[in-house]
Formats: sequence, structure tokens, C-alpha cells
Amino acid sequence: MMRGRLVRQLIGSTMTGLTYGAAVLAILPLATILVMLVVKGAGSLDWNFFVRSAVAPGELGGGFANAIVGTVIVVALACVIGLPIGIGTGIFLAEFGGARFGLVVRFVADVLNGVPSIVIGIFAWTWLVKPMGHFSALAGGFALGMILVPIVARTTEEMVRLVPNSLREAALALGYQRWRTSLQVIVRTAAAGIVTGCLVAVARVAGETAPLLFTALGNQFFSTRIAGPMAAMPLQIYVYALGPYDDWHRQAWAGALVLIVLVLALSLIARAVVRAKRQHA
Amino acid sequence: MADIPATVLQPEAASKASAEARWRALRTVSRGDVVYRSVLTALALLLPLLLILIAAELVINALPAAGKFGLGFLTHSTWDPVQGQFGALPLIFGTLYSSLVALVIAVPLALACAIFLTEFAPRWLRTPVATLIELLAAVPSVIYGLWGIFVLIPLLRDHLWPVGRHVLGWLPIFSGVFYGPSVLAAGVILAVMIVPYIAAVSREVLLAVPPSQREAGLALGATRWETVWSVILPYGRAGIIGAVILGLGRALGETMAVTMVIGNRHEVSASLIQPGYTIAAAIANEFSEAVSDMHLASLFLAGAVLFLITVVVNAIARVLVWRVARGSAIGSTAI
Repeated sequence: MMRGRLVRQLIGSTMTGLTYGAAVLAILPLATILVMLVVKGAGSLDWNFFVRSAVAPGELGGGFANAIVGTVIVVALACVIGLPIGIGTGIFLAEFGGARFGLVVRFVADVLNGVPSIVIGIFAWTWLVKPMGHFSALAGGFALGMILVPIVARTTEEMVRLVPNSLREAALALGYQRWRTSLQVIVRTAAAGIVTGCLVAVARVAGETAPLLFTALGNQFFSTRIAGPMAAMPLQIYVYALGPYDDWHRQAWAGALVLIVLVLALSLIARAVVRAKRQHA
Repeated sequence: MADIPATVLQPEAASKASAEARWRALRTVSRGDVVYRSVLTALALLLPLLLILIAAELVINALPAAGKFGLGFLTHSTWDPVQGQFGALPLIFGTLYSSLVALVIAVPLALACAIFLTEFAPRWLRTPVATLIELLAAVPSVIYGLWGIFVLIPLLRDHLWPVGRHVLGWLPIFSGVFYGPSVLAAGVILAVMIVPYIAAVSREVLLAVPPSQREAGLALGATRWETVWSVILPYGRAGIIGAVILGLGRALGETMAVTMVIGNRHEVSASLIQPGYTIAAAIANEFSEAVSDMHLASLFLAGAVLFLITVVVNAIARVLVWRVARGSAIGSTAI
């Protein structure tokens, strides 16, 4: 059956219009989240918020200092544990990943990327919290590090692959050994891209809460001891959001505002650099 | 290039007369190359090892519960830490149900976004809109939860439900009293969270459709929409299904946002406006406060079930997406 031309065009424009609407609808939550964070959180961002630690439940005042420092430490631990493995795997996949083993690793990386972060948290608990007998920032860093590995591996691989082969040929022709060619020419050329890829991954794990619930646990007090429980921003936001006090809710919004500015800034910078590199290549 | 063996020209080797010797010299690998490759291979080996170790830890720690409850763990709905009776049916049901709700909302929305971004949007608008949608994936899940508690739930309960009740209230899936925390709220939040994943991967799949397909559709006199609907979407079908399954995997394992809005009640209810529970949420709430070894083992068993489901779901998704552009990194670096 042949529909009339007018009807077909009408369907076409309707559907086109609907896709415009869908794009607006998809962005709407981001907009409302950002607006709400600023409206509800900005007012509470004062000096105290950054320099004071949490206070006893029900007491007014207090801030996020313990959580901010905790997040920095836990994420730093995650980087130390996760980045070398992730970057190494990424270089392997780009340089030697053509064989069957490479396909397997690539596939496993993608599957690991989809494993719920709370399951990674359980794994870190069995490996570090249970044997040590107590919760620790180290266990939290380990959990976040394991989440970093597959993400970093895949972005590193992509960045190393973007390096033109002529560079490799030039280095080999000059008598460079293969490993020096790879490290000093290929990887070095891709370094900026690798770093930004790492930034994206770090931004993602910095906002993770679930894997920290029973590893770093959270801590009401200021602590820099990595063998003990430690606060983290997402954990504190979670506890405060579910708590019964208005003052806690207020601080949860403020903490969320700081966290999202941190995370979005990291991923926006990284995205811009990666996009520029891709167009360049 | 990756398959060509490492070659290092060594003068002393090359000076040997026979072609065979020269050939062997070309294949000679320096010690540095061996070390370099071994170190990288060892690091890469850690990934499969990690996957195996996670599975092993889950299984080993879940054995007591698996031995005691057997398959009944999946079909019983009593979850009583005091009596030591554990059945995960409400958790499994809630996990699947909330994810299903999320897919119903997110798939049309995300596909429309992907089509918009590849076919209809003016060029200058594509990158900014794509970035904004991708940024949704960067928002930490605890912030989605916060937004859910203080914005989404009041919106659903106080504004949308009083109106929607008159239209939809007779449906069994909307029966009961709506207090706020519910499968519906969780499904909507999950939908918002997986839209960027599905949209980003679908977009890359649509971009991978050869221009000749599009041109052929238009040349046959189809409108742009007809070309999209009957040429481009069918061409990318495998990849799009992969993208959807990828989103499903995310939804199944999402923890914090769901924990904060689903109501956390161990009950099987078909009503969307009633509270529910998910595997991930139960682990988040009960793991560090498990009252007995059997309680802990049951949480491990639930975690093993979740792990198994997400690994299978992700494996299927990857195979489907890879089929569109074999071996390329579509989807893995989109987010």
C-alpha cells in the first residue's frame, strides 16, 4: 500500500520533531540536577565547610574537611594500585593485542567494566578487610583501583593506537630497539591522551560510593591513617542525605555540589583534550 | 604491525653470508624486547585473573548458603536474619523489575537521542548535545540518589501521581497507596542513568553505518525518517541491541541511587508504586551489619547471582556491539 506523499512527509517531520524533544528530555535531568545543587548547596559553601570535620549527629555546624581529605587519599591509593596495571594492559593491547590472547583480554576488560561496583567492593572486603580484621582506606583504594583498571586499559589502548605508524617505522629505521620505540616514541607521543583517559577514569571512581561502603566505611573524624576507616565525600553525602536532620541535608547538597564540580570539571577537560586529539589523528 | 615479530638488525648477524642466517637475524629479539613484552603481558594477565578471583571469592564465601538453601534461595521470599532463613526472590524480582521499567523508559528516549545526534541535528549542535548527554553518565550515582529523594520523589508523589491516578489507577501495576520510595522511582532514576550509555553506544553504531546505505535509501525516494527507520536502524540492529543490553547491565548492578529511592522492602509486588528491593541495594544495606555467618553467606550468594547475571549480560552485549565493528573500541571508551 502506498501512502500519500503528504502523509509520509508529515510522519517524517513528526518523528524528527520527536527526536528533538527526546534530546531535550534527556538533558533535562542534568539541568535540574545542576540547578538544584547550586540552589540548595551553594549557600552552605563557606569557610567552615572546607576546614571543619563532621560533628556529632544532631549538632549544628561541621563540614566536609574529613571527607574531602579522605576522598583525595582513597583516590590517590586507587591511582597507585590501578593506573600501572591499566596503562600497562592498554599498551599491551595496542602493541601486541592482535593475537587471540589480546582479544580475550579486551573482552574481559569490557566485561569487568560492566561488573557492578558493589561486587568489586565485596571482593576488596574478602581480600583486605576480612584478613586485616577492620575496615580501611587501603581496602577502599584497592576497590576503586580495580574499577580503574579496565577503564584505563581501554582508553590507553585507543590513545596508543592513534599514534601514526610512520613514527614507529622512523624510529625502527633509526635503529631503535622495539621496546624503546614503543616506550620512547609511541607511548610518549600518546602520553597526553593517556593522561586524560586516566583523568576520566579517576573522575568516575571519585564519585563511587558503593565499593567504599564496607571497605573505607566512612569516618566521622578527621583521619589520614590508611590502615583505618576513612571518610569520603560520596559516603558522607549518602549518610547525610538519608539522615533525619535538615542540617545534614543542607550539607549533603553542598557536598554534592563540590563533588559534581570536581567530577564534571575533570571529565570536561579530559573530553576536550581527547576530542582534539581524535580530530588531529 | 602487532603481528610482525620484533626485528633488530645486528651487524654481526647480518654479515653472515647465508640467506637463512640473515633471515634468522631479522627475527632475533633483543633482551629488552623480551622483558618489555613479558612485563606488559603479565600486567594484561591480571585482568582475566581478577575476573576469576572475583568469581572464586563470591562462590567460596557463598557456599554455606548455597548448601543450606539450594535452588530454593532463588524461589523463596522469606528474608529473616533472626531466624536464619534466606530467600532472595524479592531481591531478584526487584532487580529485574526496576531494570525493566528503566529499559521501557530509556530505550525509546536514548534511541531517539542517537538518531537525533547522527541524522537530524544541525552539525554545530551535535557535539555540544552529545557531550551534555555523556556528562549524565559522569554524575555520581549518590547525587542521582540525592536528586531522587528530594526532587524526583516529591515530583512523582505530589504532582504527577495525583493527576495520573485518575487515568492509570485502575491498572494492577499502579495499585495501592503511593508513599514515594518505590520501584517506579527507582526505574525512572535508572532510566536517566542508562540513557547516556545506550545513546552513546547507539550513536557510534549509527555512525558506523556506511553512507552508501543512507544514500541508497534516499535515492529510492524515501524520506529521511523512512531511511532512518527502514535502512539505518535495521543495518545497525545488532549493535543497537548490544547497546540496550549494555544499558541493562548498568541498571542491574546500579546500587546507590536505587538504594536511596526504592524503599528497601523484602516483598514481591507487581505494583510499581510499592517499595521493592534489589540485590545490590540489599548488599549495600546489610553487608557490613550482617548478624550471622549465614546472613553474610546469603548476601555473598545474592552477590554471586548478580555477578553471574551482569557478566552474562555484558558478554552478550559486547559480542553484539563488536559484530558491528569487529575489535574496535565502540562502546568501551564512549563513556
